[in-house]
Amino acid sequence: MADVKKIATRDSYGNALKELGALHNDLIVFDADLAGATKTATFKKAFPNRHFNCGIAEGNMIAVAAGAAAMGLVPFASSFAMFAAGRAFEQVRNSIGYPHLNVKIGATHGGISVGEDGASHQCCEDFALMRSIPGMVVMSPSDDVEARAAVKAAYEHQGPVYLRFGRLAVPVFHDEANFKFEIGKGEVLQEGSDIAIIANGLLVNEAVEAGKALKGGGINARVINLCTIKPLDEALVLKAARECGKVITCEEHSVIGGLGEAVCALLSEKCPTPVRCIGVNDEFGHSGPAATLLDQFGLSAEHIQKNVMEFVKR
Amino acid sequence: MTATEKKQLMTAACKVRMGVIVGTHGAKAGHPGGSLSAADMLTYLYFKELNIDPKDPKKEDRDRFVLSKGHTAPGLYAALAERGFFPVDDLPTLRHIDSYLQGHPNMNTVPGVDMSTGSLGQGVSAAAGMALAAKHQGKTCRVYTLLGDGEIEEGQVWEAMMFAHHYKLDNLCAVIDNNGLQIDGPIDKVMSPYPIPEKLKAFGWNVVEINGHDFDQMESAFAQAQETKVVPTAIVMKTIKGKGVSYMENQVGWHGKAPNDEEYEIAMAELRAQLAEVEGK
Repeated sequence: MADVKKIATRDSYGNALKELGALHNDLIVFDADLAGATKTATFKKAFPNRHFNCGIAEGNMIAVAAGAAAMGLVPFASSFAMFAAGRAFEQVRNSIGYPHLNVKIGATHGGISVGEDGASHQCCEDFALMRSIPGMVVMSPSDDVEARAAVKAAYEHQGPVYLRFGRLAVPVFHDEANFKFEIGKGEVLQEGSDIAIIANGLLVNEAVEAGKALKGGGINARVINLCTIKPLDEALVLKAARECGKVITCEEHSVIGGLGEAVCALLSEKCPTPVRCIGVNDEFGHSGPAATLLDQFGLSAEHIQKNVMEFVKR
Repeated sequence: MTATEKKQLMTAACKVRMGVIVGTHGAKAGHPGGSLSAADMLTYLYFKELNIDPKDPKKEDRDRFVLSKGHTAPGLYAALAERGFFPVDDLPTLRHIDSYLQGHPNMNTVPGVDMSTGSLGQGVSAAAGMALAAKHQGKTCRVYTLLGDGEIEEGQVWEAMMFAHHYKLDNLCAVIDNNGLQIDGPIDKVMSPYPIPEKLKAFGWNVVEINGHDFDQMESAFAQAQETKVVPTAIVMKTIKGKGVSYMENQVGWHGKAPNDEEYEIAMAELRAQLAEVEGK
């Protein structure tokens, strides 16, 4: 693993904004006093006239972005996931979601891997909040290549999009030259039919590692990356459930309301299948190094591997 | 303003008030009080101030209006209908199942509505975003928003005020309808936002205080707003909640209640008499 390049998807976000900004004059960026951390500062450096700091006022920022979208611009509004999806939830719902305005919410510092800042900043509820809004696209890219592609796709998509990025540098495992991205389409990263592991965000790489280790032990797991939580790639999930018979979901999010529940809702209706959901259980996080927290909260490759072995035997 | 112009505005305002009564009576719900306090302002905006075209509601360079106090949709709908954006005959379908006239303004169903509102405190932010975007796009259009005096208890309003001043949004004009009443009672008893002009001035805004039922004062206030550069302008207007319908005036109970059939007849008779008086002038 030592030779694998690691990049935090928040960096990918800033870089992608800068690339897109050079191509599209209607792209503007709002931030709420976190430009250095959300990496919109990368865009600001290149296009200072198209970057607007809103100060520490996320509710206003979200509705301001809605107004700018109503004028035909394509705003990316950024803050930490906790404040973009959490604090400003009602503004997102009423000023962006209800009128279906073309605002992209770039939320960084999602999940428990925020680390040392602790529970107040470790947002594990954003998928649940955002996917409950009609018409909202919700994405959680897994690495640098996918994150940049997701930002580009979000720009091209007409309508509101919620993008979650991470603070922690994560391995870049996609091959950019052969990578194609489409909103609402998942990808199979490892073939197998003993069990399906469906993951998103930084747990995709953990799932891939678990898949490799399981293979050595004779279990062929199908590893699926579902960057888009909404709309869900129903065909891919149903196919996996039918062919594998058991499903494990993995997300850096509460087990309530996220990818796991989205998969369960689909399968219970269309293809009842035993599912085990790996995520943050119904509890708050706490301060600590990201890697330690991921391990402690059961979000590591080893933990996924252990769960699969138990689950497959049943 | 010529006498003819003023007569036209007074006539239109009477009809807008009738539209409020027709709408809320038809809906058997809705908010007549704040619609009537703002009826003169909505009339002035749609019949004099705004650069808009009812035949081309999405005209690119139009002025934008955001009803931040979205619950007074009956007033906005009545003004839009009277101005020709959609048939006046549709007003009684307000809040009905499958009507395009939703309980609170919906920009995707109602011609002439520039922003969906209803959750207080958000419209003013959207208006600020529009004003910022217009400047960024080099558009000369202006953006107007109307807030309630109870609405400004929302903290987000002050985030928006800070933002508009910071970005020098002199193309933005916020009108505050100071009718003094909110659902639970007089605003100074529920949660006083007073002194309003001083607060706005402290946020760096140009502030004009007017009587919200006086078209001459509106004309000079908007002229001053247009002339004021660098800072945004707020027009704080003193109004009478329920203005025009005797039994609704200054009665907090008429914030969010519709007139029944009998009350409807009384209100319409009073408004018809006011209209006849204006037209007889």
